[in-house]
Amino acid sequence: MAHGPEAAAGAHGHGPAHGAHEHHDHKPSFFVRWFASTNHKDIGTLYLVFSVIAGLIGGLFSVIMRLELQDPGVQYLADGQQWNVFITAHGLIMVFFVVMPALIGGFGNWFVPLMIGAPDMAFPRMNNISFWLLVPAFGLLVASALVGDGAGTGWTVYPPLASIGQPGPSVDMGIFALHLAGASSILGSINFITTILNMRAPGMTLHRMPLFAWALLVTAFLLLLSVPVLGGAITMLLTDRNFGTGFFKPDLGGDPLLFQHLFWFFGHPEVYIMILPGFGIISEVLPVFARKPIFGYKAIAASSVVIAFLGLLVWAHHMFTTPSPTVVLVFFMMSSFLIGIPTGIKIFNWVATLWRGTIEFKTPLIFAAGFISQFTIGGITGIIVAIFPVDWQLHDTYFVVAHFHYTLMGGAVFAVFAGIYYWFPKITGRMMNEKLGKWSFALMYIGFNLTFLIQHTIGLDGMPRRVYEYPDVGNLVLYNRISTIGAFVLGLGILLTVINILRSVKRGPVAGPDPWKANTLEWFSTSPPPDNNFDVIPRVRSVEPMKDIRRQIAYQTGTGSEAPPAAETLVRG
Amino acid sequence: MLKRIAAAAPAVLVTAAVAAAQAVVALPAAAQPQDWRIGFQEPATESARAIQDFHDLLFVIIVGITVLVAGLLAYVIFRYRASRNPVPRDFTHNTLIEVLWTIVPVIILVIIAIPSFNLLYFLDRTQNPELTIEVTGQQFSWVYTYPDSGITLYSNMKQQDQLEEGEPYLLAVDEPMVVPIDTNVQLLVTASDVIHSFGVPSFGLKTDAVPGRTNETWFRADRTGTFYGQCSELCGANHAFMPIEIRVVEKDEFEQWVASRQTAAAASAPAMVAAAD
Ligand SMILES: [Cu+2]
Repeated sequence: MAHGPEAAAGAHGHGPAHGAHEHHDHKPSFFVRWFASTNHKDIGTLYLVFSVIAGLIGGLFSVIMRLELQDPGVQYLADGQQWNVFITAHGLIMVFFVVMPALIGGFGNWFVPLMIGAPDMAFPRMNNISFWLLVPAFGLLVASALVGDGAGTGWTVYPPLASIGQPGPSVDMGIFALHLAGASSILGSINFITTILNMRAPGMTLHRMPLFAWALLVTAFLLLLSVPVLGGAITMLLTDRNFGTGFFKPDLGGDPLLFQHLFWFFGHPEVYIMILPGFGIISEVLPVFARKPIFGYKAIAASSVVIAFLGLLVWAHHMFTTPSPTVVLVFFMMSSFLIGIPTGIKIFNWVATLWRGTIEFKTPLIFAAGFISQFTIGGITGIIVAIFPVDWQLHDTYFVVAHFHYTLMGGAVFAVFAGIYYWFPKITGRMMNEKLGKWSFALMYIGFNLTFLIQHTIGLDGMPRRVYEYPDVGNLVLYNRISTIGAFVLGLGILLTVINILRSVKRGPVAGPDPWKANTLEWFSTSPPPDNNFDVIPRVRSVEPMKDIRRQIAYQTGTGSEAPPAAETLVRG
Repeated sequence: MLKRIAAAAPAVLVTAAVAAAQAVVALPAAAQPQDWRIGFQEPATESARAIQDFHDLLFVIIVGITVLVAGLLAYVIFRYRASRNPVPRDFTHNTLIEVLWTIVPVIILVIIAIPSFNLLYFLDRTQNPELTIEVTGQQFSWVYTYPDSGITLYSNMKQQDQLEEGEPYLLAVDEPMVVPIDTNVQLLVTASDVIHSFGVPSFGLKTDAVPGRTNETWFRADRTGTFYGQCSELCGANHAFMPIEIRVVEKDEFEQWVASRQTAAAASAPAMVAAAD
């Protein structure tokens, strides 16, 4: 199976992994290192830097949006179209250019090869093109907001608003941006699948693979199954707009709802694409800082697979008001309920991992705990909006905004922060400042909940989402002001981490290869690791190879009290 | 760490207290966002009441689960901190507890699912509509047609200088939909340009207006008054400016209104056609 794609890549002049090594034997110039890079760590760094920059831009949009909403009436924006352009840009940037590049392109690239003991990704040059497709995609998206009236369609780009409702080049540019970002994701996911299935260290069966690698494997399959559907849908939209087709035009026999089905067939798995790698990070961080093996390794890995499978079968719960035949509603309500079960299993497994551990209050652990508490709320309000009759009340209100920010901001983004604090020493060789990290967490936690908890209430009270003006009735103004204040506290917390990163890159204390006494193979290498990652790769005997190695050393040097367990008993699960 | 979790508990208490306080406050006339409300708008139909009762049940369940998880997390983090529990255990699974936390959520979901289905079939459509109104969304207003009496209303948001005393800006319209109390009203919802959504929170009503389709929904208002809603699907630059106002009146008042509209329409038929263009 490995030979097919490798041979194909070779035919185009892209050498497989070992071909890339000779290239790294000399010090490359700046241009070659960062623009023609084939090293997964350099590409991972590019992704991370890219996502931080995109995150600051996307965050700026949300700050302006919250400022506009702190009072009724129009304060900062020119008109509704500009507002719609902002919500569209904010959504698309955060999904495609912040969360996905950080979790998949950034941490995935950096740590999947290291964790499985591989020297690089399977297709290093394809890895490079994956990243460099993202840059023009982002450029097109930002430019689309500046050209003409901008694309004011919402990130869901529903026609006919996105076809007859938005003349001008902006929506077309947005479509091309998504095409490029989609191609980047598809290439990336092929790379991850090939790498994970073929390049694991000796002894690392799938049942001994780190849970972060499991999460990336499942995510890559989800991307491969869902992104092409988005590509098809927006291509049809493009031809509807420019070449006279009528896929989504009722007067030409088309149907606007067809687009919604196609979009959400992609869009719902996309939610899991953003959260599964976050689950993976949490599953790595908790056992390290609880000094205890992960609870229910197999259950966590299997629940990712189940979530991904069910995630492909729930899309129409985004369309409960369209409306659909009752039998369809029942099916999608049931399938959405079912997702709650594997998700609940994960949460309980994480709490059980901490149970009777020795918990060290380091910043990664605190962010992971924040993740669990917030994601629980986001997950459980997901059940509420999955119930058709109740969703009838809540659909397209601020309740939904609160719900998905609890999963994507309180969930995925907090996982990104846990990942930053956990892996920064490996990436840079230096430690981040703990005190600043904890302050950053405190502000982010308070700010996040201040911003979004009240939005449930705003939604229950009937305020629709995606409006830039709202009536001055009841306490809507007060509630929106609380939300805006929260957004500033949240932003301040994020800036503290950005400052922490910038300070620690140069001035942080030297980390050494394994500052956390962690479990997985990335900590077997130096910090930062050499170009080839490992000169020798240990034979893997459990899901915690580093713990085995530490025990072995302690035993052989006579400092350890207990003998290392036999290989068989080390297999967790 | 513990402080953080503890902060959640007062929030829940405050929520409960405000809900209780709200219950004793007298009902205002118009259905719109109210002071200190943290729940739904006051229901005016059986559907909305059923939805809200169901939501209240769900609220208890989800608060219970959230508090359980948050409490467990807080306890574990506090109790098993490194200084208090220096020697970690080594267990990796426990079949009984794992089966338990799979089965219990399944049971909870089944408990939730049964009333969901009942409600779903109840809300679906009315058996015998007594009044039919065609609702058409367009950028950026609503058109209401009463096919039985030949009345057509063009419902535009009132600008600030048109507002009468007490009317809320961004919710009040020049031509509200008028319906009789205790009547099964069938709505046939469509759109003429892009997708809109006809949503009235106090009626438990939300149906997308999709061009090329006619979606059926219904309501039966059981108190008179003015009820506000808003377009609930992004429809363009003035999406925030296409509110819905429904005036529920007594049945005889409705008959008078229909009659007066029909005579007015007959008197100025050519003018109406011109206005429509
Ligand atoms: Cu509209």
